[in-house]
Amino acid sequence: MIVTRRALLAGTAAMLAGCGGPGDRREILRFWAMGREGEVVARLIPEFERLHPGIRVEVQQIPWISAHEKLLTAFAGDATPDIAQVGSSWVSELVALGAVAPLDERLRGSRAIPTSDYFEGPIRANLIDGRIWALPWYADTRLLFYRSDLLREAGFPAPPADWAAWLRAMRAIKARGAPGDHAILLPLNEYEPLLALALQQDEPLLRDGGRYGNFRSAGFTRASNFYLGLFGEGLAPRVTNTQISNVYDEFARGRFAFYISGPWNIGEFKRRLPPERQGDWMTAPLPGPDGPGASIAGGASLAIFARSERKQAAWQLVEYLSRPDVQLRFFELSGDLPARRSVWRAPALARDPYAAAFRAQLERAVPPPAVPEWERIGQQLRIVGERAVAGQLSPAAFRATMDADTDRILARRRAMLDRRAAR
Amino acid sequence: MRRPRLAGWIFAGPALIMLGLFFFVPVLLAFGLSLTNFDLYSLADYGNTEFVGFANYAELVRTPLFWKALGNTLYFVIVGVPLSIALSLGAAMLLNGTAGRLNGLFRTAMFAPVVTTLVAVAVIWRYLLHTRYGFINYVLDSLGVAPVDWLGDPNWSMPAIILFAVWKNFGYNMVILLAGLQTIPNDLYEAARIDGANGWQRFRHVTVPALGPMLLLVSILTMAGYFQLFAEPYVMTQGGPVESTVSVLYFMYDQGFKWWNLGFASAVAFALFLIMIVFTTLQYRFASKRGMA
Repeated sequence: MIVTRRALLAGTAAMLAGCGGPGDRREILRFWAMGREGEVVARLIPEFERLHPGIRVEVQQIPWISAHEKLLTAFAGDATPDIAQVGSSWVSELVALGAVAPLDERLRGSRAIPTSDYFEGPIRANLIDGRIWALPWYADTRLLFYRSDLLREAGFPAPPADWAAWLRAMRAIKARGAPGDHAILLPLNEYEPLLALALQQDEPLLRDGGRYGNFRSAGFTRASNFYLGLFGEGLAPRVTNTQISNVYDEFARGRFAFYISGPWNIGEFKRRLPPERQGDWMTAPLPGPDGPGASIAGGASLAIFARSERKQAAWQLVEYLSRPDVQLRFFELSGDLPARRSVWRAPALARDPYAAAFRAQLERAVPPPAVPEWERIGQQLRIVGERAVAGQLSPAAFRATMDADTDRILARRRAMLDRRAAR
Repeated sequence: MRRPRLAGWIFAGPALIMLGLFFFVPVLLAFGLSLTNFDLYSLADYGNTEFVGFANYAELVRTPLFWKALGNTLYFVIVGVPLSIALSLGAAMLLNGTAGRLNGLFRTAMFAPVVTTLVAVAVIWRYLLHTRYGFINYVLDSLGVAPVDWLGDPNWSMPAIILFAVWKNFGYNMVILLAGLQTIPNDLYEAARIDGANGWQRFRHVTVPALGPMLLLVSILTMAGYFQLFAEPYVMTQGGPVESTVSVLYFMYDQGFKWWNLGFASAVAFALFLIMIVFTTLQYRFASKRGMA
C-alpha cells in the first residue's frame, strides 16, 4: 500500500479533529467514573456527544480502591472534575467539604427526571440538611442467596420472610447437614450483614442528629443478639471470607445454605457454580424481625462539583445517563441495577428471576447514617463485632464499646455542629 | 583560618540549603501538624484547625490497630532483615568464590529485581503465589505439601510479603557485601587454612570480622528500609486479610489519605521515626560493643 504524504497529513488531521485537537471548539466535560462502570460508561458517551454537539466528555477511569482518596486529594489540590460517580457513603463527606453542588433546583426544573420514579432509599442516602446533593445512578443492596433444594429438603418450600421462620429453617438445615456444615455464611470481614439487620430496626444507629452512637438501643440490641446468636448456636461458622478457599465451591457443596450478598454475585453464581447446581439456588429478600425486612441502600450516584464551570453541561450528562433507555443499556452492559422503578418494567429485568428479589428489596432499602465519619464507624463495627463473635466481648460490652468508639470518632463532628449552632 | 572555613560553607551551602528547604522544613511542619487536629473539617475550612498538644499521640497509644500494625511491622523487620542479609551474604560469597565466566551474568541476574518496578513484579508474584495456579504451590504440591492460600490466609500473608520483599531487595546488599569480600586479602584465608581452620571457622573468624563495618552499614540501611514497609502490602494485599499485613506506614497512609486525618497521620509518622531511632541506636551499641564499628 502506497500512502502519499498528503493523504497521510489529511488522515492525521482528521484523527486530531476526532480526538479534539486544536480545531475542536467543543466544551470539555471532565467525568470521573470508577472501575467497571468507567469502562462501560465510555460506550454510552458517543451517543451523548451526538445529541450535544457542543460538548466533549473526557471519561477518566479510576480504580475503585483509590477512588475515594483521589476525590479528596483532588479537592485539596483544587483539581476536582466537573462530574463524578461517587459511592453512596461518600456523599456526606463531599457535602461537609463543600465539594459538590446541590441539585434541588435543577431537579425541580427537569421534566426528564421525576424523583418519584426513584427508589426511596438511594435518594434518601443523598439527602443531607434537606437538600439533594447527588442523583442515584445505580442501586445496590444486600439480600439472601440461598440453596432452594436444601431448604426444600429441610421442609421449607418457600424462603423465610421473618426471623422466626429463618431461624427454624437454619436449625433444620444444620440438623440435616454433615458435621462441620453450617446453615449460613456471615463472613467476619464484612460488617454489612450485621448492618443490614440493624437497619431493620426502628431506632437509628446514631442519635441527636448524628452526634452520638446509639448502639445500646433496644433495636441494635435485638439485631446484634440475633446476629451473635447465629454464631453461638453454631449455625454460622466463625470465619472470614478469606479463610474459605472458595465461597462458590463451598456453596455448591452445601457447606452452607444462606449467604447475604449483593447484585454482583448474581453473575458470579451463574458463572462459578457448576451446571448441575444452577437450578438449586435463588435470591430472596432479607427476612426482618416480623415480616420482610429492610436492607442497606447502597450503590453509586452522579454528583456535580461546586468548582465546576460547566455545571449546565454536566447536568445534561446527568439527564442523559438517567434516561430510562440509557439506564437499561447501562444495566445490560454492567449488570448494575437501575435506580429508577420504570426501568424495571423492561423485559430483561422484569423476567429475570434472580433480580425480582432485588426489586422488592430496593423498595425497603434504608441508607446508613449520612455522616462523613460513617465509613470509619462501619470499620469499627467490623473490628469490634469480630471480637464479640470470638467471645472476647460479651454482647453488652460489644454494644457499650461500639458506643464509646463511635462517640470518640464523632467528637470532632459534635464540636463542628456546636460551633455552627453558636454562629 | 577564616578563609578555608568560608570556602567550606560555600561548597556545602547549596546542598545544605536544599536539604533544609526540602527536608528539615517539611519535617518541622509535619511535627507542627501532628500537634493539631487537622482533618476533613480543616480541609473544608482551615479555620477549623485547633492546636491539641500531644492528644494525637495519646490517642495513638489507645488505638488497637496501631499496635497491630506495629506488631506486623516488627514481624516483618525481625524475620525479613536477617533473612535478607543472610541471603545477600550467601549470594555474595558464591559470586566471590567462583571466578567463572558466567559471573557477570549471575551478578546482573541477582541485581535485576532491585531495579525493576515494584508494581510490575508484584503482578508476577501475585501469579506465583496464586493458590490454585501459582508456581510456588505447584512446587509444594510436587513435594506433597498441601496448597497454601498465600495472600488469603492471615497466617501466610506476612510470610508471602517477606518472601517477596527479600527477593526484591537482596541484590542491593549483595553488591555492597561483594565489594567488601573483595577487599579481604587472600593471605588471611591461606594462613587460616595452614592453621587447620575448616570452611565454617574461616567464615566465622576471617570473613565476618573483616566484613564487620559493612555488615553494620547493611543492617542499619536494611532495617530502616524494612521499617518503612508500605508498597508491598499496598499492591499485594491492601493490608488484608484481617489486617494481617497492615504496617505502620500503611496505617499512616490510611489515616492520612483515606480518612484525611492529617494531624493524626503525622503523629504516626513521628512515632515510627522515634521507634526507628531507638532500634538503630540499639544496633549501633551492639555493634560497637563487639568492635564492629
